[in-house]
Amino acid sequence: MVEMVSRPYAKSFEKFAAGNPDIICMSADLTSSCEIDGFRDRHPDQFLSMGMAEQNMLSFAGGLGLAGFRPFIHTFGVFMYRRPYDQLMASIAYPRRKVRLMGFLPGVTTPGGMTHQSIEDISVMRSIPNMTILETGDATEVESICEAADSIDGPVWCRVLRGSVPRLFDTPIKVGEMRELSSGDDILVVTSGICTEEAMRARSALSDAGLSIRHLHLHTIKPFDHKALLDHIGSVKHGVVTLENHVTEGGIGSLVAETMADAGVGKRLIRLGLKDTYAHGGSRAYLMRFYGLDALALVRGIEDLMGAEFNITEEDLDAARVDEVHSLVKAEAL
Amino acid sequence: MRNEKTTQDVALGIRRRVFEHSMRNNGGYLSQACSAAEQLAWLYNEELNLGDPTLPMIPKPFEGVPSPNNPDYHTGAGYNGPAEPELDRLFIAPAHYALVAYATLIEVGRMAPEGLEMFNKDGSSVEMIGAEHSPGMEVHNGTLGIGFSTAAGLAWGRKKRGETGRTWVFMSDGEVQEGQTWEAIAAASYHNVDNLYAIMDVNRQQCDGAMSSVMDVGDIKAKIEDFGGVAVWVDGHNLDEIREALKTPHRGKPLIILANTSPFRGMPTLQLRFPRLHYVRFKSEEERSKMNTEIAKSLGVAPVDYSH
Repeated sequence: MVEMVSRPYAKSFEKFAAGNPDIICMSADLTSSCEIDGFRDRHPDQFLSMGMAEQNMLSFAGGLGLAGFRPFIHTFGVFMYRRPYDQLMASIAYPRRKVRLMGFLPGVTTPGGMTHQSIEDISVMRSIPNMTILETGDATEVESICEAADSIDGPVWCRVLRGSVPRLFDTPIKVGEMRELSSGDDILVVTSGICTEEAMRARSALSDAGLSIRHLHLHTIKPFDHKALLDHIGSVKHGVVTLENHVTEGGIGSLVAETMADAGVGKRLIRLGLKDTYAHGGSRAYLMRFYGLDALALVRGIEDLMGAEFNITEEDLDAARVDEVHSLVKAEAL
Repeated sequence: MRNEKTTQDVALGIRRRVFEHSMRNNGGYLSQACSAAEQLAWLYNEELNLGDPTLPMIPKPFEGVPSPNNPDYHTGAGYNGPAEPELDRLFIAPAHYALVAYATLIEVGRMAPEGLEMFNKDGSSVEMIGAEHSPGMEVHNGTLGIGFSTAAGLAWGRKKRGETGRTWVFMSDGEVQEGQTWEAIAAASYHNVDNLYAIMDVNRQQCDGAMSSVMDVGDIKAKIEDFGGVAVWVDGHNLDEIREALKTPHRGKPLIILANTSPFRGMPTLQLRFPRLHYVRFKSEEERSKMNTEIAKSLGVAPVDYSH
């Protein structure tokens, strides 16, 4: 059974930021929801409450960056780029301010529906010059996201997991690298964020079906090591399947597609994720099943790629974790 | 730097330079020079505590945008001197006032007159909408409403670091239509950012015409105070009133001086163009010639020979 870590961001942010006078913790009325309530209470000198006023918050953070600070902005990811996109561009991205944008509740990890689900943020951030993009897929990555983000000379977009988070890895994020989780030679599976855990659930069933899977997990989406990816693609016989908690346009599926096209790779690519659709409100497990972001969706994608059926059913996959909607590790039911 | 001219002379010089430039180029931001000349002259010639310029008097060409691959990138802030703890900083929030701001830099000896000849020329850093790399600019403010927020963050940070220099923003009244302006005033007030100062050119004009015909903003002073700031009205062409306004107590709050101005001040013939004053492009040779003769007379200069 996978180890579950409770509120890893709360502990790791405080450990990283406390006592560093150049780090300012900013919040937009989602302080406990972003697990920084303890930091606020214990380190008020480093905490700025900006209220529900994200446009000002982003430009204000740009001003702090100009003054030599390294602000860590905390709110739900979706609130940090949709409304204040202009401010993100002009006050943070263009001048390369060292602002660390900590976006909580990536993709369908919230039952809050369209207004709360950042489903196209990676697409947006990938197209912003000067932006770095990191995404966490487990507790170890959440624990190392602050140090990784703060090592960047410029703005950083982070997809951060909160609450009860599984520990899948035992080494911290190394910016610019990718994790090779299995080294098969039939099919390359590329995942990020919470979809990596899903792909791992399908591992034994796919192996039993006689498939040799090469599995890569991406925590660094921009900048990206295209050559390393091409080497992995060259190591498999059949093709590539990507699975992401994001629309399939502009995310890691597109990233892989662009890499293959640029290099003239003639293998098939199946891109799994939200297919040109908004999601709605519901539990993570329900949404991942409904929109085809889970382990079973990956199996079906691999079947599509191979042109064969492997008779793998839900029962053949490792047990899915079911998060409680109401839990002490979350500030609210979102 | 020592100011060798009176602030009135600087203001007149700003109007003359913007007039001459607009005549030669068959258009320009004339009304902004009329309304803002005293404010910018006052800031640069007497109120701001700035060091000597750190960039060449004749601006360098455009040298690229900020990028990891452009390590020598710098903003145009060096025309306001170095960023030192005890010195003031200034943002020109409405970046379309750039022509007026460049004319001010020339009048106070911070940029060579040749700089204005590079205005809006391909490959030049002296851009029409002031960019970060344009003379006197430190941040991108072409999108209206973000200047005061950015300045609030900078001022908060400087206060936290114990710096004594003030952070100033030159604002325009059109910006108060943007919700961000109110978010920023509320935040600056809540966080006691009292080393933050603004002077707002209330000329009641915007791109489509008179603000009252576009979307009236009501009582700006009352609104600023409702959001927690301190505001004071002055006649924006009366330097003594502007000077006096700065004495307004504003402990724990940003101070915003509301400069009540005329978009025709010094160039009364511009009234013929009301209500489209945002960018004056002459519609005919007849109009251009008439404006040339009459405005030159108002400003006490010879008409501009724009035939070559």
